[in-house]
Amino acid sequence: MTSDDIIKVVIDSKLRGRGGAGFPAGRKWSFVPKDSPKPRYVCVNADESEPGTFKDRYIMERDPHQLIEGTAIACKSINAHAAYIYVRGELGLAAVRVQQALDECYAAGILGKNVMGSGYALDIYLHRGAGAYICGEETALLESLEGKKGQPRLKPPFPAVEGLFACPTVINNVETLAAVGPIIQNGAAWWTGLSRTEAEGGTKLIGVSGHVARPGVYELPGGLTLREIIFEVAGGMRNPDRKLKAVVPGGTSCPILLPHELDTAYDFDAIKKVGSMMGTGCPAVIEEGTCIVRLLKRIERFYAHESCGQCTPCREGGDWLFKIISRIEAGQGSMADIDKIESVASKIEGHTICAFGEALSWPARSYLKKFREEFVEHVKQKRCPYGPIPVAPVALSGVVA
Amino acid sequence: MGHSSDFDPAEAARLALEHSHQEGALLPILHALQGRFGWIAPEAVAWVAERLNLSRAEVHGVVSFYHDFRDHPAGRQVIKVCQAEACQARGARHVTAQLEERLGVKLGQTAPDRSLTLEPVYCLGLCGNGPAALVDGRPYADLSGRGLARCLKGVGR
Repeated sequence: MTSDDIIKVVIDSKLRGRGGAGFPAGRKWSFVPKDSPKPRYVCVNADESEPGTFKDRYIMERDPHQLIEGTAIACKSINAHAAYIYVRGELGLAAVRVQQALDECYAAGILGKNVMGSGYALDIYLHRGAGAYICGEETALLESLEGKKGQPRLKPPFPAVEGLFACPTVINNVETLAAVGPIIQNGAAWWTGLSRTEAEGGTKLIGVSGHVARPGVYELPGGLTLREIIFEVAGGMRNPDRKLKAVVPGGTSCPILLPHELDTAYDFDAIKKVGSMMGTGCPAVIEEGTCIVRLLKRIERFYAHESCGQCTPCREGGDWLFKIISRIEAGQGSMADIDKIESVASKIEGHTICAFGEALSWPARSYLKKFREEFVEHVKQKRCPYGPIPVAPVALSGVVA
Repeated sequence: MGHSSDFDPAEAARLALEHSHQEGALLPILHALQGRFGWIAPEAVAWVAERLNLSRAEVHGVVSFYHDFRDHPAGRQVIKVCQAEACQARGARHVTAQLEERLGVKLGQTAPDRSLTLEPVYCLGLCGNGPAALVDGRPYADLSGRGLARCLKGVGR
């Protein structure tokens, strides 16, 4: 197959980026300029780290060769002779297994100066992150690979034109690349046929967590609804006496969904109609009795801590949001504080170099919009209506978040 | 995670050699140094800066940017226990309290004898079988069930 043949099959397969943005993978590859005299690179984004997201770790630990195969095909499609797999610092076991698989590939002549006797040279390197969530942002990942602080770059130029070491670069998520091998082997029609939705092809790894009976990673046809995923696949609520209160659909940055919003297809396009995102495809289920303000406080503490500090609205605003929400949660907030959340969050969103600003303002704005009465109750009662934070075993406790 | 010890330039040079051909070698070298010495001492910052033709400020910037790099020694063992949402939903708070009690050290602290450090971490990608923790990089899950005993065994308790 020529490079163009590979790209055409991947475009026809409707494979979309599984890191959260859902950009068509084949089209991303086609953006790399064919006439550039510079070397090209493929970077694998294995920095999966948004709380509640746990599908890429599974692929790297259980089937690293499938990732390496997809990475090699992506390299061939853009004529790259080097690729980097950027594995998050915390995923030590995944890094060990991917490195072991790489060593096996070199020993078998699948990687190296002469890939399977084809005369094509390809090296794949494993690179360890060092505990910074922002390095999952693709340009921050590039900075980190270059040995710098992981601070995102202003786009354009886009990485396809000017990426790693200022050379054309394709950056794909682990799950996206792991799908490429089977697509090339079985054809685009086979992959699209696996999905129930027109928007994208194939199956999808869905990582269900939270208050469900059977949390875990499931490979499911694209386009199931969240209700099907939660109640049919994951066994419904963990405690049948407690109703479903809300779902965080795909990592903590995604706007929250209410029980009546779970019947749209869980794919990149349909979920936008209810004002949220599929993100990484890892829904967290929340039961009645959970304090939404406390949940939001925890989320904002994470984002305030992980801001790279480059843009003022995010660096300062994240901390403000965490402090305001903490005050409300502790029963010391005022009604003006509630309005301040929206006021601060709306000034972060869209005013930062990367989408981290959105990631910290979307939960604040959506939780406030959908659960405003809970914020008001905290202020009126001057305490958390769900009581103090319990430390008792979870089976006996009512409140979690 | 390594055993904290004094910085040794000869040992550092041996560790860095493996990465000397690499572009963007700073992070791999820092990982190697921390793995051996347990932290990135001020002497190590100066040594790396000199070797990679960077300013000390640039190296310090990177060390302080990434949470995994330590500018002070940790305990000989490092236990990171997940505090993120999915683990909270499965009892992480209770598990954290139990670990604090059994290990005799509070979250975010190092034992006075430097035997161990207990730290919070946000999501280990073990959301389906949490609460979860890392002991010197090794994952332990199901800590509200059988996993806790295994985890404590991993710590040698």
